Amino acid sequence: MCSAVVPLSPPPATNALAAGRGVPARPLIDLERVHVRFGPVHALRDVSLTLRRGDRLVLVGANGSGKTTLLRVLHGLVPLEGRRAVHHLIEGRLPVAAMLFQRPFLLSLSVRFNVMLGLWLHRVPRAERAARCQRALRRVGLDAVASRAARTLSGGQQQRLALARAWALEPDVLLLDEPTANLDPGAKREVERLIDALADDGVTVVMSTHNLGQAKRLATRVAYLEAGRLVVDLPVDRFFNDALPSEAALFLKGELPWT
Amino acid sequence: MALLRRHRATAMNSIADSLLLAAQLITRADADLWHIVGLSLRVSAVACAIGAAAGLCLGAWLAVARFPGHGVAVWLVNSLLALPSVVVGLLVYLLLSRSGPLGEFGILFTPTAMVFAQSVLVVPLIAALSRRLVLEALRDGGDQLRSLGAGPFLSALLMLLHERFGVLTVLLTAFGRAVSEVGAVMVVGGNIDGFTRVMTTAIALETSKGDLPLALGLGFVLLAVVGAVNGVILLMQGRTALEREAYV
Amino acid sequence: MDVMRALRRRVVLLGALAAAMASAAPPAWSQDRFIVMASTTSTEQSGLFGHLLPLFKQATGVDVRVVAVGTGQALDMARRGDADVVFVHDTAAEEKFVAEGFSVKRWPVMYNDFVVVGPASDPAKIKGNDIAAALARLNASAAPFISRGDKSGTHAAELRLWQAAGIDLAKAKPAGYKECGCGMGPALNMGSSSNAYVLSDRGTWLSFKNRGDLAILVEGDKRLFNQYGVMVVNPAKHPHVKSALAQQFADWVVSAAGQQAIADYKINGQQLFFPNAER
Repeated sequence: MCSAVVPLSPPPATNALAAGRGVPARPLIDLERVHVRFGPVHALRDVSLTLRRGDRLVLVGANGSGKTTLLRVLHGLVPLEGRRAVHHLIEGRLPVAAMLFQRPFLLSLSVRFNVMLGLWLHRVPRAERAARCQRALRRVGLDAVASRAARTLSGGQQQRLALARAWALEPDVLLLDEPTANLDPGAKREVERLIDALADDGVTVVMSTHNLGQAKRLATRVAYLEAGRLVVDLPVDRFFNDALPSEAALFLKGELPWT
Repeated sequence: MALLRRHRATAMNSIADSLLLAAQLITRADADLWHIVGLSLRVSAVACAIGAAAGLCLGAWLAVARFPGHGVAVWLVNSLLALPSVVVGLLVYLLLSRSGPLGEFGILFTPTAMVFAQSVLVVPLIAALSRRLVLEALRDGGDQLRSLGAGPFLSALLMLLHERFGVLTVLLTAFGRAVSEVGAVMVVGGNIDGFTRVMTTAIALETSKGDLPLALGLGFVLLAVVGAVNGVILLMQGRTALEREAYV
Repeated sequence: MDVMRALRRRVVLLGALAAAMASAAPPAWSQDRFIVMASTTSTEQSGLFGHLLPLFKQATGVDVRVVAVGTGQALDMARRGDADVVFVHDTAAEEKFVAEGFSVKRWPVMYNDFVVVGPASDPAKIKGNDIAAALARLNASAAPFISRGDKSGTHAAELRLWQAAGIDLAKAKPAGYKECGCGMGPALNMGSSSNAYVLSDRGTWLSFKNRGDLAILVEGDKRLFNQYGVMVVNPAKHPHVKSALAQQFADWVVSAAGQQAIADYKINGQQLFFPNAER
């Protein structure tokens, strides 16, 4: 199955927030009093959030609480009321965002094509495309099956392909919507390892999950949503140890942490 | 075919006799007949190719475009599906007539005019069906393509690529419509012997002459030819599908 | 990207296919010496053109592309300039065509005759060689009669014959009168399946296979003669018309060679058309 996953690299010293202390990192995306409505459905209510560089933000909450919508708002995919501001990076350009969905949509073509498509859509120069594609596939362990039809891969392989597709774009922000929800435990671990590795490389990660164990393992910051509101937004150790508002506490009790 | 006609001294009315006649026509490899068959296939195939280029783009665009009057455009395309072929023929005839706007090109009563008319005929069909295909596919993955950076029209085109077997079925449907229609090619082609006579107009001619067995026989030949074309395409499609299944 | 390569391959294949189609096209596509002739379905279905036009091509090298429709439609086509020469059989309509200026002159070419076919048992008792009497008897009976009703030369002739018999169709049609708005063949088909009387040109009748119970009941009356004329479309009205080549056709068909060719055309040993061009 997975043969060539690169071992975890130690977190870079410059990433202050990853270490959980010190000066807050640069803001990337600001959301101020954001409301999102889909017809009669009020998916997000009055959400304010600042995503900072190097964050590993995990969103938790019941189904329908607005986690997916919040991810899409951060990506810029949905129209909203309120303010969404994207800050330029130190390098002077706007951050590149990529998103992983619970069920990855792969085109009925080869594994390689699916990665190359993303590169082409992002206008990566032709000379670089093949190399970046190859590196991304090798990173997730799919280079051996690059010519196979993407739809013939297993669930875990497909999610890894989605990761490769996202990683090849060299994103600054990686958004993930319950990426391991449909995977067996082995595949789950694989994908978590890859996400961790990407975060260690400096990619800002925002992930939603039902799996509190996963949240504990991966997050530096946890946000709890309920009925479209952002109720709690705390660093991970405070989230799991401090006293939380009653709904959040009940939610934590309800979700089994063992996985 | 003229020789064959003279041999049929008595009128035969059973379908079985027409089938036999069809088999004889095929095995005898009558030059006139194959010329007519060839022209039918060429005209309809080229018309479908043109119709595919225009219709797939139109269908993809209609699936994603949002503008005032969009609903009217969709309604129009779906209604044009039911346009009788003879009406299309008449409209194109008026366009191409020497007294009409495109008359100076002098393409009336040539195979080019027939291709033109059949293209007009199949474009609404291809557009309406491919729009459906794209809409279904976008429901599944439109978001994710957008997230990758694809604009709406490009997403629609990618979905056509993704659903290429569905697209093939649409094109085969269009080809079937084109090769079996008689109204449009009769009016704009003129059914000129040896020049614009195709299978369907030949069948119409033999019917109007009262030579029903020959007309029906030609009909079976047309069916056999179209069946062969479809068979080849489906075999190719089936082989690719089998290759895909092998990995699961 | 492999999909770009795949697409390129497909485009090349399509291009090759298109080239193959174009090269396999019949040589007539590239021919320049051709004229478009508007004529009638009955003339084409009689098979005359299959016999006559190859002889013309041999003599002059000019291809004639025949578009066979009803007389009304043929003249309409010519008025629009979609034909170079007209060859129909409705003298009154042709003279009107000339009077309107769409042709300079009409040349008579040949004639054939009409016959009335009907069920062999002849319930309306019309058999004979007097068309006026026959039509009067049809009017008196309730026997079914199929009219082409399509403004063709045959239809026009039929209307004139009813007039000659003193019957005003506008006032009152015979009890069994049915208009099909169709060509000669379909009208005969209808007649044979419903055992009705039909006025047909002899040529179509001789080639018609689906006769059922029908047989010729009235023939030989001079009023049943059907005159054909040829007209070249006037280049003054439509400058693009190939008037020189069209004139070659008109000249040939009234010449001794053309007239002989017409007389030579026979079905089952019977001559169909009788040349009568003015010398």
